[in-house]
This record gives sequence, C-alpha cells and structure tokens, in this order.
Amino acid sequence: MTMAARLRAPGWYRAALSLPIGLGVAFAIVCGVRALYGWDPIVDGDAIATVAMISIPIAFLIGIGCFDYWFRWASGAPTIPEDHSGHGATRWQDYFRVNTDHKVIGIQYIVTTFFFFIIGGLLAMIMRAELAAPGQQFVDPNTFNGLFSVHASLMIFLFIIPVFAGIANYVIPLMIGAPDMAFPRLNALSFWMLPTAGILMIASFFSPGGAFATGWTAYAPLSTETPLGQTFFNVAVQFAGASSIATALNFLVTIITMRAPGMTFWRMPLLVWANFTTSLLVVIATPFIAGSQFMVLLDRALGTDFFNAAQGGDVVMYQHVFWFYSHPAVYIMMLPGFGIISEVISTNARKPVFGYRMMAFSLMAIVLLGFTVWAHHMFVSGMFSWLRVPMMLTTMLIAVPTGIKIFSWLATLWRGVIHLTTPMLFALGFITMFTLGGISGVVLAVIPVDIHVSDTYFVVAHIHYVLFGGSVFTIFAGIYHWFPKMTGRMYDETLGRAHFWMSFVFFNLTFGPMHLVGVDGMPRRVADYAEEFATLNAVISISSFIFGLSFLIFLYNMIASWRHGPKAAANPWRAHTLEWQVSSPPPVFNFDEVPTVVGGPYEYGVPGAVHGVFKEPAKERAVAGAGASE
Amino acid sequence: MEEHPADRGGKHPLMRMFLIGAIASAIGVAAGLAIDWFPTDATSSADSIDTLYDVLVIVSVPIFVLVMTVAIYSVTRFRARPGDKSDGAPIHGNARLEVIWVLVPTIIVSVLAAYAWIVLDDVEAKKDNELIVDVYGQQFTWRFDYPNPGGGAKPVKRANQLWLPKDRPVYFRIHTDDVIHSFWVPQFRLKSDAVPGLTTRVRVTPDKVGSYQVVCTELCGLGHATMRQTVRVVEQADFQAWARRGGKTGGGAGAPAAGGQEGPQG
Repeated sequence: MTMAARLRAPGWYRAALSLPIGLGVAFAIVCGVRALYGWDPIVDGDAIATVAMISIPIAFLIGIGCFDYWFRWASGAPTIPEDHSGHGATRWQDYFRVNTDHKVIGIQYIVTTFFFFIIGGLLAMIMRAELAAPGQQFVDPNTFNGLFSVHASLMIFLFIIPVFAGIANYVIPLMIGAPDMAFPRLNALSFWMLPTAGILMIASFFSPGGAFATGWTAYAPLSTETPLGQTFFNVAVQFAGASSIATALNFLVTIITMRAPGMTFWRMPLLVWANFTTSLLVVIATPFIAGSQFMVLLDRALGTDFFNAAQGGDVVMYQHVFWFYSHPAVYIMMLPGFGIISEVISTNARKPVFGYRMMAFSLMAIVLLGFTVWAHHMFVSGMFSWLRVPMMLTTMLIAVPTGIKIFSWLATLWRGVIHLTTPMLFALGFITMFTLGGISGVVLAVIPVDIHVSDTYFVVAHIHYVLFGGSVFTIFAGIYHWFPKMTGRMYDETLGRAHFWMSFVFFNLTFGPMHLVGVDGMPRRVADYAEEFATLNAVISISSFIFGLSFLIFLYNMIASWRHGPKAAANPWRAHTLEWQVSSPPPVFNFDEVPTVVGGPYEYGVPGAVHGVFKEPAKERAVAGAGASE
Repeated sequence: MEEHPADRGGKHPLMRMFLIGAIASAIGVAAGLAIDWFPTDATSSADSIDTLYDVLVIVSVPIFVLVMTVAIYSVTRFRARPGDKSDGAPIHGNARLEVIWVLVPTIIVSVLAAYAWIVLDDVEAKKDNELIVDVYGQQFTWRFDYPNPGGGAKPVKRANQLWLPKDRPVYFRIHTDDVIHSFWVPQFRLKSDAVPGLTTRVRVTPDKVGSYQVVCTELCGLGHATMRQTVRVVEQADFQAWARRGGKTGGGAGAPAAGGQEGPQG
C-alpha cells in the first residue's frame, strides 16, 4: 500500500494524521471566535487546550475508522457491502483496529481496562507511600490531591464500569444464543471512546497546574476555580459516559430482540438479567453526570454562573445532580458482578440458583430503590434537612434486596457439590467482603453516625469493601471463569489460588483498619495527618504494597496461560449455559446453528434437564443436562 | 420437591451451626464493643451517638457471622471429593425461607431507622440560652465571631480560636468565604459543610473541658490537610474573661497563639 493510500484508509496512519488536524480545528475555532469578539489575546492557550480536548479525540475516532460506514451512508456515497472483513481476529493486529466482532471488542475492553487498572493501582501505591508516615515524604499536597482524584476516576470510569461492559460484551451474545450484538459498529465506537477518556485523565498530570485535584466528585465551586487539569476530567467523563450509554443501549436492544428461540426472560441466565438491569441504570442515570460536568465546563470555559453563589448559582444543586448519577453508579458497578457470582456459584456448587425469580426481581428492586437514595451522600451538605430521614430509610431498605441475593447464594451452596476453583474462591471472598461493605453501608446510612464519619477514612474503607471486595472480586471471578472460553486455554489453578489468598488477606489488612482511623477522626483526602494515626497508617501502607504485589501473580498467570496454557475444552466447568456449548474460543459468528432454548439455565441435578438444544444430530454436543449422565 | 436441606449434613448440622454461630457472634460483639472506636466525647450528644453506634455493632456482628458460618460450613461439608462429577440437590427455592429473609431484614432496618431518627431529633433539638457562634471557613483557616458572648462582653470578631464555655448550648452558624469546607470537631461528633450562598447550622453542648481541633473534612484545595484550628472548652468564667479580652488568646490562659495552620493536639 502506498503512503497516500494508507493515509486515506481507516487505521493508525490516518489516526496519526488526524491528531494535528484536530488540534488545527481547535486553534482555528478559538482564534476565530476570539478575533470576531475582539478579545485579547487572540491566541489563548487554555481555551485552545479546552477545545482541543474535544476536537482531537473526535478527530482520532474518525481517523481510526469508527465513522467510515456512517459517513458514506450519510453523504449518499455507495456504502461498501458488508463482507465481514472487519469482523473477528486471526492475528494480534486485529485487536488494534476498529473491529465489529463482539468477542474481539470484549477482549479489547478487558485488556484496555486492566491497563488503566494497573495505572490506577500504581497511583494508589504512591499515595500509600506518602501516607506511610505523617508529614510530607514524596509528593506535595497538590500532587497528592491529583493522585487520589485520578486514581478514583480511572478505577470507576475506566476500570470497573467498562470492564463489566467488556465481560458482558464477550459473554452476553453467546449466552442468549445471538451471533453478535445488535449494533456492532456502535459497539466498536463505544470501545474506542474509552482509551480516549483514559488518556485524557492521565494526560492531565502534564497540564500546567497539575492533574485535576478535586476528587472524583469534583465538587463545585472548587472545581470551577482550579487550573486546566480539571477540564481534562470534565471532558474525559463525557467520552467515558457516552461510551457507557451507547453500550447500555446496545445491550438493551440485544437482550430484548436477539434472544434465541425459546429464551424467554425467565430462562435467561442471571448475568443477562444483571446486565439488562445495569443497562437500564446506565441509560437513565449517566446523562446526569454528563450534564453536571458540562455545567462545570461551561462555568470554567465560558464564564457561566451555574455554581457561582455570588451570581445566584447553586452549589448544592451540583451535588444533587452529581449524586443522582453517582449513587446509581454504585449499582452500575455492582449488579453485573451479582450476575457473575450467580453463574460462578451455581456452576461450581452444581446446583440451580436458589430462588431464581427473586434474584431477578431483587435486581429490579435495586434499580428502582437505587434512584431514591442519592442524598445520603449529602447529610452534612446543607441541603433541605427533611429529605434526610426518608433517604436514610430507603438506603437501609436497599439492604433487603441485597440481602436476598446474599442469602440466596448461601442457599445455593447448601447441599451442593462444591468445587473450590479460583473463580469460586473469589465468589466466596466476594460474599463475605461484600457483606461487610453492606453492613458498613447501613452504618453510614444512619444519619447521626454518618454526620460523624462523613468524609473520613470510614467512608474510604466502606467504598473499598464495596468496590474492591465487592466489584473487583467479582471481576476476578468472571475473568477466571470465562478465561478458557475467551482464550481457548486454561489458567493455572495454583497461581489462581495464590492470587486469591494473597489479595484476600492483604485486602482486609489494608482496608479493615481504615474503619478504625476513620471513626477515630482521620479525614479522607489528606496528604498529612495527626501523629495519633501513624501506627495504623503504617500497617495500612505496608499491607497495601503486598496487596498491590498480589496483582502481579494474576498478571503473570493471565499472560503465561494465554500464551502457553493447556488447551481448554469447550465446557471445562460442565456448565449448562449456551456459551459453554460452543468451542473455546467460539466460532466467528458464535453458533454454526442457532440453538433452541427449552429450559432454565441452571438445572443441575435435574435428571434429563436441558437448557438449549442444537438441531444437528451428527454433532453430539455437550448439551445442558448431560451432567446427570456424567 | 423440597427435601429437608440438612439430610446430607450429618445428624444435627443446623444445631451445630447455630451453636458455632452464637459463640462466634458473642465473641464478635464483645470484640466490637471492646474496641475504643471514638475519640473522647466532649458534648452532651456524643453519648447517644456512641450508643447508637454500639447498637449497630451488636446488630451487625451476628448478621456477618451468620453469612460466614453458612459459607464456611457449606464449603467444608459439601466440598466435592476429587473426581466427583455428580450434581447437587436440585433445590430451586423455598418460599417460606425467602419470605423470612425479606421480612426480617425489613423489620431490622426499619427499627434501626426509627431509633436513629429519634437520636437525630434529640441531638438537633433547639435548646435554651444558646450561645451563637458564627463560623467562617476560608482557604485554609477558620475564624469565629460571637455576636453576643454574654456577661457584658462586646461582640467578639474574628477570633482565631474557638472558645466555648462548658455546659452551655452552642448554636453554630456556618459560613464560607470561598469554596466548600466542612466544620468538624471529632470530639463533638457533629459536622456540617460550610457552603457558598448558604448558612448551615449545628447545635452542640460541650460538657468536657479540654483542647480539641476543628478539622476541615471537605476537600478545599492545596491546604485542606492542614486546615485546622484550636477549640478550647473552658469553664464559664474563663470564657467570659476571654470574651472580655475581645477573643485574644494568651495572657495566662496557657494557650499558644494558634496561627492559620497547626494547632496543638486535642
């Protein structure tokens, strides 16, 4: 291919060319507008940077090829007939281009999000080094504020939320017997917006004045007054949010319209239910954080007064809008994990999920209740005080559907035949840690206690029990569980167990003591603290370093097993759901023939029960229900 | 369809689990109550808040122990032997159990919520003879105005330490000059944000003489971690003397003059 042809075809050459074009567009818009208004100076660095943060990523997405098909169609040019050349992966390079295969996109998501997980984790390690002793050790307060802000933002927007989308991307179409997602091109666009958002967040460290340093909550008016770094957050959240919304729409349409014949809603695996409900949350809630960050951006860039109290702005409103997204976001980060745990526990305990319908109803209950509790983050914010007691009650009531799930998982274990595989260990670890996180959540809901521990390390402990002991443990469970399906190789069980035990023990030693220092009076988001908290903080820091190292076991296991692991059978776990009835990894279009679903997904132990059947009699597939004869 | 789930678990597995759980809960509750969670309590409302927390510990521990006991028991009891490819009992659910674990938690949290509401109302109740203190947060310090300190003293303006008389109810009106801060004295248990455009309010009655700290708990920028100011709870007479001096510290009170940064430890 000639260079000119390379620059015209979608791909990395055109993407590289698009970057300066994006910058040029920003330069032209800003200087043009400033010249028209007669503002001085015409060339304003901050303004150009702000516009460039939007124009360069869009130019990149165009350059890499996310919009080619749509542009041709919209401009009336003859569209290129779909020959599926953009689908599937035969070489590693296929993972680095716009690809419309949900399995490729799933792996793109997972690898990308784990990259940001590593960066976010390293930022946490720097923080714990600084906090190992009182006083200033390694970083100044501004850098420290940037560290925890970028850490949280990466973990939430670039790891937990999208890695679940990645796992679901891979697994959901297979589980419901579909050849792909409903909108494969939109799916590709969703993925490519993600690295864009992550790179913006990390790049903020190099902006004048340092990274955004107002926490992931970015409360106004602090966030409207801080240096340029904050704009990176405002814009990055838009890209991550747009990606999230587009994917959620894709899941909803896929799950509603593309289920195999016979796959009624009450025959869907609970992971499908979990992603269905999560997608509802994303579609309804995410526009609110997009709005809140646009308002901050407008205050910063255009001098609006949304959050300027002196001009009638309302800073408490920022918190209402922010938490109206960010509390449901906690469930966006948890419900897919609930789904994973149901799959893992029922498969490894060889039993049907106890109370399957209640498990689905409790997901729906969490969706509804999740929208009625946002103000429990604001008990000390100065909002109208009557709202506190109702929000305390609704918050505590969420413990009920959550409790249904915990008890149902325990009942699923009861009288099972339990295989303690690595995913099962993480599932059990999840149940215990998430119970603790749920209990501290109820403690936090109790207003008089919350007033004391609000914005202390107790909150830091709680969210890490919920999001690490909760969400991330389910992510590890899911990655290990579907690793054979995704890669066609088995991971190493011994290393998997070592990873579990090391992270389980040091997770608790890291975050457990934070409850104590929090109640005792140590505020969060501080680079320095009083002498009385020194001992426990030293313990926390040392534990956190070992906890961080435990991830290396996982990383080695994944990389080594992916390259050299023993070949995986189609169904190493003898599971019933459809994704295990096709080869590992599955064929490009998933099913050579569409399965017909004739029963529930978890009929372990029921003689002759079958989940899906394939018509072709020649292939004796390991269809569901085979477990009885094994 | 539903068999008794204990068939496979030995003679009296439920009873044994219950015993183990009860003992573990007792140990857990004892440990939870033995931990000295809170800093010194220096207000009349601190006691009821600490008690509420203890009640939460007492309720929480058995729930956690229940989950742990069932999980550990199941894993040890029902663990597959190597090479075992059989399936578990095909139990799909049990309506009675499911109703129980919806109802019992609902009742527990509702009772706790009612109790918490009572404590909240009690803590926030208006009291007679309140001393009004206007608190101003600014990056990165606090100052305090006393419009009517009583005892014949003129209003105290811009005091850089928070002096409070023992056993007199105080009504804080909290303001900010710039971004959001949060006014917290851990020993008082009470906290409220200082919000641009709003005045927030907190009531406490200090009841223990001593030196404490105001801690800013809402991220407010570079100096957030060191935004501290000294609180001194003193006898009525000492407070009046301090107010008559116009809120100047020093002069025999033995207090070091606090700058904008670190005050002495409480």
